[in-house]
Amino acid sequence: MGRMPETPSDDRMHETLAVRARGISKSFGEVVALDGVDLDIAQGQVHGLVGPNGAGKTTLLGLLLGLAEADRGDLEILGSPVRRTLSVPDGIAGFVDGPGLYPSLTSWQNLAALARLRGDGSDGIGDALEQVGLSDVAHDRVRGFSLGMRQRLGLAAALLTRPRLLVLDEPANGLDPSGTRHVHRVLTGLAARGTAVVLSSHRMDDLAALCTEVTLLATGRVVFSGPVSKLVAETSDLDYRLRISDPAAARRVAAEVPGLRVLEDDDLLRRRDAETLLVRGAVAVLDDLVARLVGAGVGVRELAPVVAPLEAAFLALTAAATTPSEDGDL
Amino acid sequence: MTAAAVTVPRAGARPAPAWPSYRFELTKLLAQWPIRLALLACWLGPGLIVAVISQQSSLPADTLFGRYMSQTGWAGPLVILSFSGSWILPLLTSLVAGDIFATEDRLGTWRHLLVAVRSPRRIFVAKALASLTVIMLLAVGLAASGIVGGLAAVGNRPLVGLDGHLLAPGQAATAVLVAWASVLAPTLAFAAVGLLGSVALGRSPMGLVIPALLALLLQIAQLLPLPVVVRVALPSYAFIGWRGLFTDPAQTGPVLIGVTVSLVLAVAAAALAYRLFMRRDFTDLAYDGSGRRVLVGAVLPLAALFAVTVGVIAGATSASGSGIDGGKLDRSLATAFGHLYRMQTAELHRPGVTEAQLRTSAACDKGGSLVANVGAGNDWRCVVTWRLPGSAAVGSSIYQLDVSPDGHYVADGDGPQEVNGFFQVHTATGDVPNPLWQFNGSIDLPTPISPS
Repeated sequence: MGRMPETPSDDRMHETLAVRARGISKSFGEVVALDGVDLDIAQGQVHGLVGPNGAGKTTLLGLLLGLAEADRGDLEILGSPVRRTLSVPDGIAGFVDGPGLYPSLTSWQNLAALARLRGDGSDGIGDALEQVGLSDVAHDRVRGFSLGMRQRLGLAAALLTRPRLLVLDEPANGLDPSGTRHVHRVLTGLAARGTAVVLSSHRMDDLAALCTEVTLLATGRVVFSGPVSKLVAETSDLDYRLRISDPAAARRVAAEVPGLRVLEDDDLLRRRDAETLLVRGAVAVLDDLVARLVGAGVGVRELAPVVAPLEAAFLALTAAATTPSEDGDL
Repeated sequence: MTAAAVTVPRAGARPAPAWPSYRFELTKLLAQWPIRLALLACWLGPGLIVAVISQQSSLPADTLFGRYMSQTGWAGPLVILSFSGSWILPLLTSLVAGDIFATEDRLGTWRHLLVAVRSPRRIFVAKALASLTVIMLLAVGLAASGIVGGLAAVGNRPLVGLDGHLLAPGQAATAVLVAWASVLAPTLAFAAVGLLGSVALGRSPMGLVIPALLALLLQIAQLLPLPVVVRVALPSYAFIGWRGLFTDPAQTGPVLIGVTVSLVLAVAAAALAYRLFMRRDFTDLAYDGSGRRVLVGAVLPLAALFAVTVGVIAGATSASGSGIDGGKLDRSLATAFGHLYRMQTAELHRPGVTEAQLRTSAACDKGGSLVANVGAGNDWRCVVTWRLPGSAAVGSSIYQLDVSPDGHYVADGDGPQEVNGFFQVHTATGDVPNPLWQFNGSIDLPTPISPS
């Protein structure tokens, strides 16, 4: 595909990019998995990849790992152009569709084999296992591991390669809170040392906690790519739950706030208790509501979004991207 | 950001080194408990079986060399070899080669492996070599265990060959080792077919059992009255071709043809497996083999190869029909009788006699005058005649022959009593099996039919 002329500032930015994709398309037979995807991921950035099932996330992650080649478009990883399958440069690690471990081998054996394939010794294995909290099961066979332990071992395998680009597909699957904390700590630590981390997840809380930027995919196209804060800001109205001291008075006050809608139970398909008020509006409108409630002597005991802002943005953008248009096209 | 993080890496990183890739595959194989169990069984089982059976009064006379298990330690490994060629080696190739690619499909580890090794070619080679290594370990275990068991239980003694001649312990050792080496070729062929099945059928269990199914089909085929050129073109023929090594002179034709056919099949099946593997789309998570792929990429090319092999053998050997006729049986039976008569004479401490002095001859007839003297069957009746030095009388004996389509026969003597009337003879060291009462023989199928 043709390229736009690059300015000097583009060049400087280019140097710091771990991933630079322009117009990437990939089809499997009649199925279009990716359609003109542009993506920039800076080094040291944790970048989230979200989208509904079938949006093309796994295909994109596979391209980044070198498992497939794009039909069209330009892809540069760590500054090197990638044109063929398995031709990605050194310094890329990760997994798609599970961590790919051998159950008949122990944790240590799984990692040692990978280290040997890279021509390394087994020096870093203990440290990698320590980082993901699996030191005490280093010599246990993976056969008996839970899903969360396998995920963490998969991450340890990736760490072993000292990656500069880490690509992870649903790394939080099956993790308990302790495991999640371990993984978060590892990923943020890697990013702080300059590693770019690309992760796909359906868990918005993980993405919100980890990612500085996200890319939303729907039907193979990018519907948003940028900072999480920008994504949230672009989502105009959010649903909030307020726990108040006087629900009847609060409801009256809320009804008078311009731009605010009081929600009934059915709107959210969930129950609320008697002390709860559900409303939908922009952040500024919500500020106005709180001021009015305080002025009216209604105590506000709790205020929280019903759906996390990132999730709300995801739902709004992906729904818009997949809703049939007037002439019936997707 | 660290300085290291902004270093521009080398584009298109090199594949993982060959030795660690091979070692990784070997580690994965040896970590599987069925493989470990098989190794244990192959290295211990035959030795124990041979040691126990050779001490029993009832020997497996229906198995080649089984009747000699109590007389020499070299018979045991040949009994194991006979049984291994039919079933054990094909089953072992199923277990190892038939699963080595499919296991990655089951575990969902292909992407992980590709990212780690970065070369499908290297993955294929590493897997093929690792499975080959384990199969060789298993085969060597079968041979070594059988030999050790036989020698420990019975001892390093002469072995009666398939034409009745006696192989000295050193000759027997050489022949046994060469026989075991010869079956490595068909084992390789079955392993390559296993690789092909494993690549072509993905996680389907059919891939795992293809070598075993092929062995079963070939076993059935060997029992059928097939033309000799078809029979020797089957890869399973190499599992029985070694029998010719135990005659004097050795019938090397069958073993050479069998080894050649097997190696050609091994190379062809491995090449087809490689081709299928390199064309696979590893991004397709739903891949689970396909019937069309198996038919076009595997079955049809191998069927074509078989047809070509039959044609080449037909042209090279000028063999025809079943390969079994009265003339071959006459010569084989007369030779075996002469050797065994001499052995019996020595056991009974009668005056020494040589095969040349005996001038043994045989006349075999199949099913009477209305049936042609060709083909397998248990209705062969042979009259053996011989002469003793210094005597004008001509001795004669009758044998009923049960001839298998693969050229092996069992000759069952039917008098006179002092020659083959009893199954044991009295010697100075006690009763021993009468070598002329019942014995095994083998004819060279690929040689042209002789005029009768």
